[in-house]
Amino acid sequence: MNRPSLWEALRGVVRRDLLLAMRRRSDVAMSVFFLVIVASLFPLGVGPEPAVLKTIGAGVLWVAALLACLLSLGRVFTADYLDGVLEQMVLIAQPLPVLVVGKVFAHWIVSGLPVVLLSPLLGLQFGLNGEALGVLVLSLLLGTPTLSMIGAIGAALVLGVRGSGLLVALLVLPLYVPVLIFGAGAVTSSMAGIGGEANLSLLGACLVVSLFFSPWATAAALRIALE
Amino acid sequence: MLQAITLSCLRGDRRLFSNLSVTVQPGTLLAVVGENGSGKTSLLRMLLGFLSPEDGAILWQGQDIREQREQYCAQLTYVGHLNGIKDDLTAMENLDLSASLAGDHCDGPVAHAALEAVGLRHQMHQLPTKVLSQGQKRRVALARLWLSTRPLWLLDEPFTSLDTAATGLVTEQLHKHLTRGGIAIVVTHQEVGLPSSLIQHLRING
Repeated sequence: MNRPSLWEALRGVVRRDLLLAMRRRSDVAMSVFFLVIVASLFPLGVGPEPAVLKTIGAGVLWVAALLACLLSLGRVFTADYLDGVLEQMVLIAQPLPVLVVGKVFAHWIVSGLPVVLLSPLLGLQFGLNGEALGVLVLSLLLGTPTLSMIGAIGAALVLGVRGSGLLVALLVLPLYVPVLIFGAGAVTSSMAGIGGEANLSLLGACLVVSLFFSPWATAAALRIALE
Repeated sequence: MLQAITLSCLRGDRRLFSNLSVTVQPGTLLAVVGENGSGKTSLLRMLLGFLSPEDGAILWQGQDIREQREQYCAQLTYVGHLNGIKDDLTAMENLDLSASLAGDHCDGPVAHAALEAVGLRHQMHQLPTKVLSQGQKRRVALARLWLSTRPLWLLDEPFTSLDTAATGLVTEQLHKHLTRGGIAIVVTHQEVGLPSSLIQHLRING
């Protein structure tokens, strides 16, 4: 009795987070603007030499996307922890890892998807051509959910810790390195004419592995935070 | 029936309580009393499964709660010391979301009725809860009790920041729950205004 189905619980978690994001649009806009500004500063700083911009373009966009994701990680669990919503979430009669997937999915919709959608526009600033832009979008589409998944572990681990913003960066950034290498590598190798498929496959593998491990690790970290 | 068997609680190096046993029968309210810092909330968090007891076990219907987490969660309603409501959402949305996540039946009229029952006038239902007063927020959190037909209620200081009228309403709802055969575990400093035959006291000495 009185037990939500798995699907209902998952939908409920996502619905609440998206509704909250709609109410606080400024938070969402902030990380998107951050991405746009960081990516736009580089052509101004390095100079308008097309050859240089083309070489650094993919790397800069990927680093900017990664930092934008890092900025928004604080939103995943902290507010819920402080106002007691997290306690209620843990008491839902469904496995906690599944609910974590819901939270991370909502986080990706709010902070990852805008990055993916904006990336072709930002890529144009670096003179990336059509094929490279396509690979860039694809690499971000595979990579940003991985960033959210890995980030959730860090965000859950630092709950209740002072100065958690910096700590989460220290915890999570090393884990982001492979995603960054394969993501930027996919674009660079497609520009070099050897095709980005190998790197994209590795990104896909990263996503699968993080989908498999992150919900459990995050759920365990949340249980520790609530002790 | 909820049973705690020889529970002991260790927080850091400090032993809060040990060898604590209690059995709560249906239709009974267990009032957990004790000084500040004596471990009342720790006991409640153990009963919720957030905290593992250092020693002993908690049984729900004769089975350890750690072996039946999801079934046990489906049987309980918890209103904590934190309200568990979102400041940016309206009272209605908060109630609707938390009830539907818990799996309780909740549609528009039912949610309105629950908020009315807890003494929130209709025009407040569509306001973001951040503009409500502390006591009104508490009422929004407690409105879940009017939607819950679950047998076990765990409440942490439910009467804090409530006025006498609201305290009366919540007590009345608790009474209804007990007459339905429910169990309530209430951590409180105040006397619960119910007939003493329904109340069982548990004093924790720190």
